[in-house]
Amino acid sequence: MSQTTPSSDNGVERQCMEADVVCVGFGPAAGGFLTTLARGLTNEDGSLAVSSAVMEGMPPQVICFERAEGLSFGVSGVVTRARGIRETLPNLDPATIPMAAPVAEERVVYLLDPIGASRRPRTLRAIDRVLRAAKRAVGMQHDAVELPYIPPFLRKDGGLVLSIGQFNQWVGDNIMMSGAVQLWPGSPVAEAVIEENKVVGVRLVDQGTDKDGKPDAGFTPGMEVRANLTVIADGPVGPVGRQLDAHFGMPDGHHQRDWAVGMKIVVDLPESCPLEPGTVIHTLGYPELEIFGFMYVYPGRIASLGIFVPSWFDSPVRTAYRYLQHWMLHPYLWRHLNGGILRSWGAKTIQEAGKRGEPVLAGDGFARIGEGSGSTNVLTNSGVDEAWATGSILAESVLDLLKQDKPFTKESLEATYVSRRRASWVESEGRIAEHARDGFQKGFIRGILGTGLAGLTQGRLHLAGLPPRLNERVLSLQEHFQGKISEAEIGQIRKQCIAKGESLHDALMTRAGWPEIPYDGQLLVSHQDALLLGGKVQAPGGYADHVVFVYPHLCETCGVQLCAEICSGQAITPNPEGGVPLFDREKCVHCGACLWNCTQASEENKESGAIAFRAGAGGLHSSEN
Amino acid sequence: MGFHIVVCAGIVPDPLQTLEPITGPQGPALKNEMMLPAVLDPWAKHALFEAAHLAAKTPDSKVWLVSMAPKTKLQQVMMSIAQKASFELVALDGPASGFTDSQAVAEALAAAINAISGLDRKRLLVFGGWESASRGAGATLQIVGERLGIVEQFQGVDELSVTASGSLRILERVEGGMHQISHCDGPPAVLGWATGSLPEPPNNPQVGMANMRTLMPALQKATAAGVAVDGKSFTSVEVPKQRRDTRIVKDASTDDIAREIMEWIKG
Repeated sequence: MSQTTPSSDNGVERQCMEADVVCVGFGPAAGGFLTTLARGLTNEDGSLAVSSAVMEGMPPQVICFERAEGLSFGVSGVVTRARGIRETLPNLDPATIPMAAPVAEERVVYLLDPIGASRRPRTLRAIDRVLRAAKRAVGMQHDAVELPYIPPFLRKDGGLVLSIGQFNQWVGDNIMMSGAVQLWPGSPVAEAVIEENKVVGVRLVDQGTDKDGKPDAGFTPGMEVRANLTVIADGPVGPVGRQLDAHFGMPDGHHQRDWAVGMKIVVDLPESCPLEPGTVIHTLGYPELEIFGFMYVYPGRIASLGIFVPSWFDSPVRTAYRYLQHWMLHPYLWRHLNGGILRSWGAKTIQEAGKRGEPVLAGDGFARIGEGSGSTNVLTNSGVDEAWATGSILAESVLDLLKQDKPFTKESLEATYVSRRRASWVESEGRIAEHARDGFQKGFIRGILGTGLAGLTQGRLHLAGLPPRLNERVLSLQEHFQGKISEAEIGQIRKQCIAKGESLHDALMTRAGWPEIPYDGQLLVSHQDALLLGGKVQAPGGYADHVVFVYPHLCETCGVQLCAEICSGQAITPNPEGGVPLFDREKCVHCGACLWNCTQASEENKESGAIAFRAGAGGLHSSEN
Repeated sequence: MGFHIVVCAGIVPDPLQTLEPITGPQGPALKNEMMLPAVLDPWAKHALFEAAHLAAKTPDSKVWLVSMAPKTKLQQVMMSIAQKASFELVALDGPASGFTDSQAVAEALAAAINAISGLDRKRLLVFGGWESASRGAGATLQIVGERLGIVEQFQGVDELSVTASGSLRILERVEGGMHQISHCDGPPAVLGWATGSLPEPPNNPQVGMANMRTLMPALQKATAAGVAVDGKSFTSVEVPKQRRDTRIVKDASTDDIAREIMEWIKG
């Protein structure tokens, strides 16, 4: 890398460095990008295919900065058709990737409520009664019905189940061995450097600061890395992607109002479990209608399982952790899990707006790939393969531009990358999926019908339902528990919880009829034990808090504090002294759910909440999610 | 004249991970060890930071990191550690489970040190951890020193300073929380570090990129180290039993923590 004179901002002098391409974030999109790019930088005979513009006679200098401490931090339940991955890696052998297996069997299962605590409309209660009455005829067992038909758009025939952590690590190892790319974990990127609407590189976060970001012992200003092309692959809640959204705006009609938090665990299944590697189970109906579940079986009697809690679940107590435990305890699943041992745990935000959440894909000096670029397919419930494919498409375009000695301008990137992407299967299938989930805005049954309609008609028909702004949709506690818990009692529970610095969901769910979780110390463990035993959560010192309550006066008057209720790591808690919630960086898993679970509207942008989710180090340190 | 500092450092599974001993084809092993994240052995990591610090303030010095581990895992660890200190890697492809014999490991490390081109024994300081987070017998570094013929050996080192005359002043841990102060005329010497006193350096991409020039070639040419466990058998292997009772308590005073531990011990 060539070094340039230090830059200075606000009196802070920063080291500065030049590269040809800098990539922000390492996940499947960056994996596809860097794998394809690394291969194309040299010819078959080992000679340089293209040269660096910043180091004469050298291969292009390509650096990827990853926020987390390792490349295997990822969280996802992955079942994928792996079309994009196999296009790049045609000889892919799942046996070479730890915890990977070909899909062997797929089931979609409707779970009835064995407890009676879930919120089900009358229609569905009536259907449940019929199912129970006609138990034998419909093949109902263990309070569940396996659907006799899985529509083609949901099937993953010929696909793979993967651990995203192990897959990322495997991809990263191969990229590093190529010697063509440098991957640096533990290096959060604070922001893109934008000059006259051109992205000219990135700035890494400052180290050696206090929690407010002020210089402390060992202060090291974040380095500025200037590059001809900045590739943003920092996922759905990445700070650089969102900075560009704010700076360049979203394309007309595009918005990101659909989200979900996915929470998962990895389990050593008991020896009695008969499920074979490659078994894929998807569930719906329980613990709440809005919450979907998955269970994928890996080789070695290991399973990855979890739930999705979407933004259209308008509950003010939409905690993922406790719902995850109730879901695991459903008789259909518990018969396989009872006696199992927790290996790993984690959570992440999923950008569920898909194509409708697509930002500006390219501009002068930058290109967007992966989930943050709107590639997730919300009809087929597939994101990893699509993210990989967008990265691979960009790499092919970058290689073309490098070979033609053309600059990375908006015009050249649109003519290559954006044009190729528009012609790809990611785009055509993304368009089919664009309105597939709109029906869920008006209820579960309508949502299922809308999804089926969109899937079976290739997107030509769907049920309407434009999602409202996130901060407009969540019910108050009183509305949500109407008829179950009185307003006075809610007030009393709130007072008791806040005095203890605890979020309200546990107490309210228990009061609403959900039984206490019978902790067994090995699979059913407390939320804090899940952080330690499963997530191995950590936070190196010397970094600023990355969750910031930007408008304290809004937090002080917020009656819900949904950020604390949804927080996947109990890192955000109510303040016993009232007002602004507290944030503990040492517990944060960087899922980013607080970002879209704020019921207050930002004063600058009504689409956003009052919480800033910035770049930060640490978080999950498990490699098996 | 500067020092030639060779740091011997293995890798271990990240201490946060849950470890489970199993019997593998070659004897005892850790379940899924190749899948778990690894870190540089914590004691040896302190030694590396001390080495980098000493080299930075002593002109004409150089640091080598000699490490034996499965090549792939070593590469993963280097991506993090290489951003923190300047060194040249000497990689040996071998096991990292901690079930290898100290003598066999020491022989391989000593041979690798002897093979370093341009290494000046008159300026040689061999650093390492006095303990290991994997299966610390506390013997490997001492045997490395013996094989290299270095008789000046210090263990449990917390501080090294160089006097104006060039001699070494070394603080070694002894019982009762005390330090023994030793003076040594100068290199060659072996220092097994305890924790030292330096904080972990920040990640610096420029340091990482400078290291990268030697890292990948070293990993690519790493040869298999012969450290077979032939002739040795393990009668049993287990990790310490633990009972979890997790509470998160912040800002507790030392007295409160000590009092609670005493109450727990008393039952």
